[in-house]
Amino acid sequence: MGKRTIIPFGPQHPVLPEPVHLDLVIEDEKVVEAIPSIGFIHRGLEKLVEKKEYTEMVYVIERICGICSFGHGWGYCGAVENAMGIQIPERAEAMRTIWHELSRLHSHLLWLGLLADGFGFDSLFMHCWRIRETILDILEETTGGRVIFSVCKVGGIRKDVDNDYLKGIVEKLHAIEDDIRSLTTVFMNDTSVKNRLCGVGVLSKEEALDLCTVGPMARASGIELDMRVGTPSYQKLGFEPIVRTEGDCYARCAVRIGEIFQSIELIEKAVEEMPDGPIEVAVKGNVEGEATFRLEQPRGGAFYYAKGFEKGTKFLERMRVRTPTNMNIPAMTKMLQGCDLADVPMIVLTIDPCISCTER
Amino acid sequence: MSYITKSPWIIHYDGSSCNGCDIEVLACLTPMYDVERFGIINTGNPKHADVFLVTGSVNEQNKNVVKQIYEQMPEPKVVVAVGICANNGGIFKECYNIQGGVDTVIPVDCYVPGCAARPEAIIDGVVKGLGILAEKREKLRQEQLAAKSGAKAAPQAMPVLDDPAEAKEEEA
Ligand code: SF4
Repeated sequence: MGKRTIIPFGPQHPVLPEPVHLDLVIEDEKVVEAIPSIGFIHRGLEKLVEKKEYTEMVYVIERICGICSFGHGWGYCGAVENAMGIQIPERAEAMRTIWHELSRLHSHLLWLGLLADGFGFDSLFMHCWRIRETILDILEETTGGRVIFSVCKVGGIRKDVDNDYLKGIVEKLHAIEDDIRSLTTVFMNDTSVKNRLCGVGVLSKEEALDLCTVGPMARASGIELDMRVGTPSYQKLGFEPIVRTEGDCYARCAVRIGEIFQSIELIEKAVEEMPDGPIEVAVKGNVEGEATFRLEQPRGGAFYYAKGFEKGTKFLERMRVRTPTNMNIPAMTKMLQGCDLADVPMIVLTIDPCISCTER
Repeated sequence: MSYITKSPWIIHYDGSSCNGCDIEVLACLTPMYDVERFGIINTGNPKHADVFLVTGSVNEQNKNVVKQIYEQMPEPKVVVAVGICANNGGIFKECYNIQGGVDTVIPVDCYVPGCAARPEAIIDGVVKGLGILAEKREKLRQEQLAAKSGAKAAPQAMPVLDDPAEAKEEEA
């Protein structure tokens, strides 16, 4: 056994798009322990509820994270709507579902690209991001923004999209489906890619349960956990979670790839069953009770809590978000124990870390 | 654009951004916007970089990281602040853990507005930055030439290997 050495990893590191710092205690080439330290992106935005009115707060919450910004907006609005007892129109709900699935598509393609970059397959990275631009174009045409949309508001949505246009979106998605399929076959079947992914960073079902993993991480370890199962708008579309049992990097990749195609199907169904009607309800008064809301973000289940003052004011008393990456970090440190130093980037990447969500 | 005769490398650091601007920076490097056609490459090593792209504002924890990266970069260098967060704190200005824009810790040459900054705007900003880089390079060269001819006894300044032909001439 060699001497123990500590290698700092991050906060600025080529494979990390975001700053997180890990102290890797290594013995020869094996990692014995990984100690994460965070706080590089902490902004303290939950405290802004004291300064921003509850209707303005949507803009702040959307900027928790630019990748899953739509979901955050939805989650916050959902929590406030629950607290105020507002029922939003069906069309608004369906439109939110479509936008949310579009952001899942762009998030997963983005992640596939980063993963490819992580194992040094640069052209694959470029192709993933090339396809992702189509999705961003759709988002831009329907919402006006590429990464921050601000279309969700308390009581509904801000913009409507006509039905013919929605059908056009489905066509566009079908047009890129083959492209995506040919890319994902590389991830799934290429020998050198499989060498990097198979059997790396295995997390058993028991460990995954113990460490409270969420999202694709949990589903890759055989836990059937997906917040979309209990969401009415997804139930209508006949949603079934995608589950794998191997628990390694390959399984996590496979789950996300499965979800890409699933999202396209979900969008197609949602467009077919799109109800007509208004897209918003009038919102009056202040938030008085408290309420919660759950949502499946691309990275896993997220949880939102909003509480108003007893004597209503325009401000909330407390707002809290529990984000998925936060829940997956303990599992990441667990997987890093005993892995090869060269596999560290793969393991860190396959939890799909979103540090700005984690630290807020 | 004629001054893009060199191949400027960029380094990107994410301050306390929301990721929105980061993925737009990355989008610039990928086929749709593809700044690689100008020879611009994203590097992870500050010592290789000419342009420092910072997204997000600075806070207690990351201000030293930003400073360190800046100090490690060789002269001449240009800093481009991407997104309104990096410019002055933006929507998070009032947060308790935000110190303000990037210019509170390092000098910034070019500000790219937007939340999130669009890839077109980022490319614009970088191209502006390249102009400034060319000016700085020229100024540095003049200074070094002056130092060389001025004080013979003083330790000789490193020749600027901007233009190999010119450097050779000087040596001769
Ligand atoms: S400027 Fe906007 S999009 Fe960019 S990092 Fe800041 S909040 Fe995010």
